[in-house]
Amino acid sequence: MKVFTYSPGGVHPDESKITKDFPFEVFKSPPVVVIPLQQHTGAPNNPLVSVGDYVKVGQKIGDTNQFVAAPVHASVSGKVLAIEDRLLPNGTKGKCVVIENDYKDEWVELSKRDSFNDLPKEEILKIIRDKGIVGLGGAAFPTAVKLSPPPNKVIDTIIGNGAECEPYLTVDNRVMLEYPEKIIKGILIEMQITGAKRGIIAVEENKEGAALLLHKKVQEMGLSNIEVVLVKTKYPQGGEKQLIKAVLNREVPSGGLPLNVGVVVQNVQTLKAITEAILEDKPVIGRGITVSGDAVEKKGNFIVRIGTPASFIIDTLGLNRKLRKLIFGGPMTGIAQASVDVPVIKGTSGILMFGEKALEMAPQEELSCIRCASCVDSCPMGLMPVLIDHASRRKDLQEAERLRALDCIECGVCSYVCPSKRHLTENIKSVKQAIIKQKKIEAAKQAAFEKLKQQRQKEKEMSQKEEKNG
Amino acid sequence: MANYDIDLVVNAAPHIRDKVNTSSIMRDVVLALIPAVVGSVFIFGGKVIVVYLVSIVSSILAEYVGNLLFHKKSSLKDFSAVVTGVLFAMTLPPSSPWWMVVVGAFSGILLGKMIFGGIGSNPFNPALVGRAVLMVSWPTYMTTWDKPRFFIGFPFRILNLDTVTSATPLNVVQLQSYSQLISEFGSKLNLYTSLFFGTVGGSIGETSALLLLIGAIYLFIRKVIDWKIPTFYITTVFVLSFIFGRDPVFSIFAGGLFLGAFFMATDYSSSPITPLGKVYYGIFLGILTVIIRQFAAYPEGVMFSILLGNALVPYFDKVMPRVYGVFPKKEVSK
Repeated sequence: MKVFTYSPGGVHPDESKITKDFPFEVFKSPPVVVIPLQQHTGAPNNPLVSVGDYVKVGQKIGDTNQFVAAPVHASVSGKVLAIEDRLLPNGTKGKCVVIENDYKDEWVELSKRDSFNDLPKEEILKIIRDKGIVGLGGAAFPTAVKLSPPPNKVIDTIIGNGAECEPYLTVDNRVMLEYPEKIIKGILIEMQITGAKRGIIAVEENKEGAALLLHKKVQEMGLSNIEVVLVKTKYPQGGEKQLIKAVLNREVPSGGLPLNVGVVVQNVQTLKAITEAILEDKPVIGRGITVSGDAVEKKGNFIVRIGTPASFIIDTLGLNRKLRKLIFGGPMTGIAQASVDVPVIKGTSGILMFGEKALEMAPQEELSCIRCASCVDSCPMGLMPVLIDHASRRKDLQEAERLRALDCIECGVCSYVCPSKRHLTENIKSVKQAIIKQKKIEAAKQAAFEKLKQQRQKEKEMSQKEEKNG
Repeated sequence: MANYDIDLVVNAAPHIRDKVNTSSIMRDVVLALIPAVVGSVFIFGGKVIVVYLVSIVSSILAEYVGNLLFHKKSSLKDFSAVVTGVLFAMTLPPSSPWWMVVVGAFSGILLGKMIFGGIGSNPFNPALVGRAVLMVSWPTYMTTWDKPRFFIGFPFRILNLDTVTSATPLNVVQLQSYSQLISEFGSKLNLYTSLFFGTVGGSIGETSALLLLIGAIYLFIRKVIDWKIPTFYITTVFVLSFIFGRDPVFSIFAGGLFLGAFFMATDYSSSPITPLGKVYYGIFLGILTVIIRQFAAYPEGVMFSILLGNALVPYFDKVMPRVYGVFPKKEVSK
């Protein structure tokens, strides 16, 4: 197999894929689940249940009529204890439906299907939305929205993303090894909806076993329009933009989306979820996560119900040392948690637990920039992180924007390579937010100004009329 | 909840960092210089050890004084003062008096580095600032060259160990002629081998192309220095020397080019950070070096080229890399 990669930039941190060969285990159901009403990027959901209601597994408990959204479903059967604000993995608080598990595992009725070939496009998209499918790689963008390009855009390729370039995480590897057919079918479904002629599954070299298995299955299924390709083990190979560049040598235009270059990139676990939604009528009520790190006693890959609190996972798997850092996601982009009382949500790809070692893994003291240019050489977007960082520190939004801060994908590579351990990614993120905020304010100002102008115009006309009449 | 010991720290991603840090980089540079340093002791004798020691100690002292003067946190841990100390000594004539070394090291570190805010903020290479100060202050000392203790070109004949002054190969070329130089060495091949192994007159650490190259390769492997600046610098000197009718092989091996190209022009603080900027910078240094060697009163142009190049770094840094997804205007209109 030919090995593809993108350039320039990227790094290769210690892979630390300790749980690579640990098959999925079904994690035990927690006594209480905390299901945030909004787990996707987009518009918030409204609760569909009330406190005291009895809910079944798979029952929709939150939805909205907004387009950019995905509903949420109960992951256990039992009584709704509360609908209240709880701490979420992103550090904010949000409305959650708290359900007490009755351990009866009573499901809503599911109507299975044997094939999807005769389903119309609209029907498939409706199911995908209805089953709450979002990007399970971590971005949690509603999948149905991603698969509904504007009518003038032609999608020619679907890329199944099995790069899994984050260190420690091994869920995608396990999904590819244990559910290869579901991934391939997921690609076929997406090709059917979008009319794409070509499907590609991209797997990093360090997961060659998964790539070979997928390749074998594709051949067994006699599919000539789907190919499995290897990509170089390099972070952030699994970033949408980098993967498109690596596999198709196309570049998503600045500020644009993959569909601008005729591509949809979908994480392999999302593809599996799509197949399960269409053929098995199953909503997203659980997901595969990797639990790893030096502090957790029993590492592994687990199928966990959405809403399972981290504290329950810690209690079940055990700690072997003082827990100093709890990360939701991978070590490059994951979010460090301030509390163990946060639930697993659809965007949680892993839970990493570290002891004292975490402090030396990410030293926080900053030294002077020595202009070594490592960040410039390793930025996968071709940016100049050091200069954007300087602009961010002196709050020079104009300069940061000129340096194209908004093109930053926040992969963390610049901070990772910096020999002076400067907080480049953090500062670039904050200047990006500041720029976006300022743009919003300016747009609002502009709108208000236009409104005022129109009003003046009207008044003027009125007074002119009056003068004429008078 | 079970009674686990939990005390969570929260910080922004990434949660892992590369092991490389400022001091490990500086240590790598010191390691890379060791072959050339040891070689220079063999070539010019034990007295250069004094120059090295005085230079290193003065540099560290100067850094310390600078920290006090400018109310900075101690920066001695980063090893950059040691690097400057070794590099500065390497640019000096073997028989430099110790007090001159002290003055040079202090000028280099204080005027070339600390006054701008210390490591990373200095627009000029501190070692070369120190050398430039000495060059204008004590030109005689700075152009008095020792004969190396032995010639490898001559079939391993050990010369008398007394200090005998001589001229550097580039001096001979400027004052007399290239053919005169070849006849002094016996043959062109002898000249090349002497330059390669470093058994010629010159600054302490600049003479052996081989030993400098070993260090440079180490730095390439450790990814401490980028190949672009030295490669384009040396290639430009090679090509331009040929155009000017000089022997290109001699031109790249002679003088301080290898020391300058691999260890001075690549100094992080005083060199460009953009990939293309580095290319242009290398070419610019090459052009200047050949022009100075060809037309100026000095036989050697590496130091002035790099210092002048340093001053222009902000301009070279304007050549930014192309951002992903941003296309030249023409392509868009198509």
